[in-house]
Amino acid sequence: MKNDLLKFITCGSVDDGKSTLIGHMLYDAKLIFADQKKALELDSRVGSRDGNIDYSLLLDGLMAEREQGITIDVAYRYFTTDNRSFIVADTPGHEEYTRNMAVGASFASLAVILVDASKGVLTQTKRHSRICSLMGIRHFVFAVNKMDLVNYSQMTFDKIKRHIKMLMAEFDYQSLQIIPVSATEGDNITKKSDRLSWYNGKTLLAYLEDVDVKEEDGGEGFSMAVQRVCRPNQNFRGFQGQISTGEISVGDTVTVLPSRETAGVLSILQGDQKVEKSGSGYCVTLQLDREVDVSRGCVIVKDYSLHISSMFVASILWMDDSSLMAGRNFWLKLGTQQIPATVMRIKHKIDVNTGAEISADTIYKNEIACCEISVGSSIVFDKFASNRELGSLILIDRITNMTSACGVVMYPLHRGHSLTWHNMDITKELRESQLGQKAFTIWMTGLSGSGKSTLANALEKRLFSMGKHTMLLDGDNVRMGLNKNLGFDENDRIENIRRIAEVSKLMNDAGLIVLTSFISPFSQDRKNAREIIGPGFVEVYVSTPLEECERRDVKGLYREARQGIITNFTGISSPYEVPEKPEAVVDTSRHTIDECVDIVLEKLQDFLKTPEQ
Amino acid sequence: MNHLDELEAEAIYIMREVAAECEKPVMLYSIGKDSSVMLHLAMKAFYPEKPPFPFLHVNTTWKFKEMIRFRDQRARELGIEMLEYINEEGVRQGINPFDHGASYTDIMKTQALKQALDKYGFTAAFGGGRRDEEKSRAKERIFSFRNQNHAWDPKNQRPEMWKLFNTRIRPGESIRVFPLSNWTEKDIWQYIRRENIPIVSLYFAKERPVVVRNGQIIMVDDDRMKLLPGEKVEMKKVRFRTLGCYPLTGGMESDADTLDAIIEETLSAVESERTSRIIDSDGGASSMEKRKREGYF
Repeated sequence: MKNDLLKFITCGSVDDGKSTLIGHMLYDAKLIFADQKKALELDSRVGSRDGNIDYSLLLDGLMAEREQGITIDVAYRYFTTDNRSFIVADTPGHEEYTRNMAVGASFASLAVILVDASKGVLTQTKRHSRICSLMGIRHFVFAVNKMDLVNYSQMTFDKIKRHIKMLMAEFDYQSLQIIPVSATEGDNITKKSDRLSWYNGKTLLAYLEDVDVKEEDGGEGFSMAVQRVCRPNQNFRGFQGQISTGEISVGDTVTVLPSRETAGVLSILQGDQKVEKSGSGYCVTLQLDREVDVSRGCVIVKDYSLHISSMFVASILWMDDSSLMAGRNFWLKLGTQQIPATVMRIKHKIDVNTGAEISADTIYKNEIACCEISVGSSIVFDKFASNRELGSLILIDRITNMTSACGVVMYPLHRGHSLTWHNMDITKELRESQLGQKAFTIWMTGLSGSGKSTLANALEKRLFSMGKHTMLLDGDNVRMGLNKNLGFDENDRIENIRRIAEVSKLMNDAGLIVLTSFISPFSQDRKNAREIIGPGFVEVYVSTPLEECERRDVKGLYREARQGIITNFTGISSPYEVPEKPEAVVDTSRHTIDECVDIVLEKLQDFLKTPEQ
Repeated sequence: MNHLDELEAEAIYIMREVAAECEKPVMLYSIGKDSSVMLHLAMKAFYPEKPPFPFLHVNTTWKFKEMIRFRDQRARELGIEMLEYINEEGVRQGINPFDHGASYTDIMKTQALKQALDKYGFTAAFGGGRRDEEKSRAKERIFSFRNQNHAWDPKNQRPEMWKLFNTRIRPGESIRVFPLSNWTEKDIWQYIRRENIPIVSLYFAKERPVVVRNGQIIMVDDDRMKLLPGEKVEMKKVRFRTLGCYPLTGGMESDADTLDAIIEETLSAVESERTSRIIDSDGGASSMEKRKREGYF
């Protein structure tokens, strides 16, 4: 066991003293460098703790954290004793930052959960225990802290101990230790405390040095997700990945999933060394003895059966500020596979306090839920309980690229099981999410010849090249069809704009970005359009001056208007009401079309980026 | 697996993920010991293929001469593509570490790095940063996202779960990737010894011409080093724990001229390594975080 590595996290409610505990451990065990120690003593004097050393300052590294006196993100610390190397992820206690706590939990094999002896087991203690368990931690230490505040009372400790045992009863764990400590006073951190003489167990550090966290060897078969194909020349084709489970030797017959083709192992490279066999945890390059179809995302196995399906049930931790509803689309990453996925149904959410299953339509940040997930085509996976690497997943928001959720596979579902969507309407938001964009209408207004159509065309091309789904409405495709029966009198003019606005709204509801290019000279008409379309209405005033428009006179209309051949012509014989507060103004006589597109895009930033940021 | 095997496998996995998922990666190479380890891991990760990305050295023009020689020699030996970027505008303006202090670091390192990444359009850049170096690094993810201005937002880091790295970015954004995040200085030295990785000779103690300035031992690497009144160049047996621009890198008196002696000295060291990097002591405890927000690696 000497010189192996233990990754653990500290968690628990805010103010339970996590940072202080680790700080004190490092300080006592002389595991910090002298200049850090000097800085710590200096910082403490400026701080609020009456000149006593504030051990938490060792860990709370970010400025915002120092200002607020809280831990908002995971801090990693590294220390080595004579017996072991440690990486400790010190995680935040605030509920708001639960996702950062989960990051630490996914990394660790053991959790040290702090409980304030004067407060007992809190909701946040339960939440953290549950998340640790969900993320696959099987070794738990509860440090019952601030024993100094309860006069080192064994009775208080025993009561909390009973609560902890009750809490842990529903989780699957391999080891559990409960230790009374005081992080500020240093009792039972690295030294046995006389004040806690009724406690017979090890100190926290001694326990962490000894505890065995090796995965129980289930004698499982070999599995490895392919990260990439290595092809330096015509003669070599190797499959690179990190072995998840089991062992592999030259000469073994392996199966490639999902194709189920088989081949023999010709050679194994561990890094740049040729080896005869390798095992779990190592990064290898496998060369097979015949041509098989293998690419990134495939899984190579031997004596191991995995699920191949396009549906499964997963327990997820929702981490996004926006909420989750059935029907939302994501990128799913599982192993080395990345594929579009839909949350088909929320089965229930979990009450963090009691573990009860509660039915729910909407899942909010920091909630744990059980969902049915469907992916675009069959993927290879396992239950998390049998294979951590092929049973864990993240869901990535298709618009913001945020890691919205992490989860573990509970069990596979098979086609036909429940392909129905439950309690779910296809909403505008769902359509937007599927298209990976936010829908809105760019309403261009301006004189005839001001360059509206040219700009609308250029803008649409630019949006299209950005991967946006768009539709352009202009005189050509509206006047000839939908509004063929309308003339140019006042009633028809109002009706013309109303129909364009209604069509734009429908297209927005379908998730599309609409560009309209009409003179629309009257404020009242544009106001009506704004009301119909709603908050997605973006008015762009193409402000090219009349003289310039008339000089251009592309269609010869100004000439005819001047000659009186056309009546009621905007700018000549009918007014143009300049928009009062357009979202953007561009003048095509002062800027090139490309520059105008840039100006409009700049104003559209809020629409083009993330919906909730 | 011992703990070095675990750290090695983690780094190799990360490098392969980036090569597989990111559009245009680059590996930053600063010539120091961490870069040497990173380069060694990259050679292993893709073997028998060469690393499928170029290497980039941002040269401030004030690096130790030995470093540049070493860089060119390694690139030749390994047959890798080594790009060099110098902020020529800064050179024209005569920006130097003696007269320009903090703005020197900004112009010749931070700005130069941003310019280089923009010039080539790299979407992901590997860096050798380790979490044990400094407190704000201790909180940074392995995959660290930068906006169009290369700035880091420490309050809004993406969750990083298990080994499932989310590498998706929008146009203009980029990722800094730190495959050595979980290594300590001691791990680096032990791995260098185990794998027999070549490192710059400046790490080994040797008689070198130095001056003592503000308590730091500075090597006189060329005649651009301006002596202050009362200063004189003397020969001392020194070595360097970190390498950078010679006027900003404090050496330590030492007899450690073998790897074992260096490791021995490191284990009993009383000061963490960034003490010898002069730029860090300006601005107190949060100076590194400030620079990172502005785009320093």
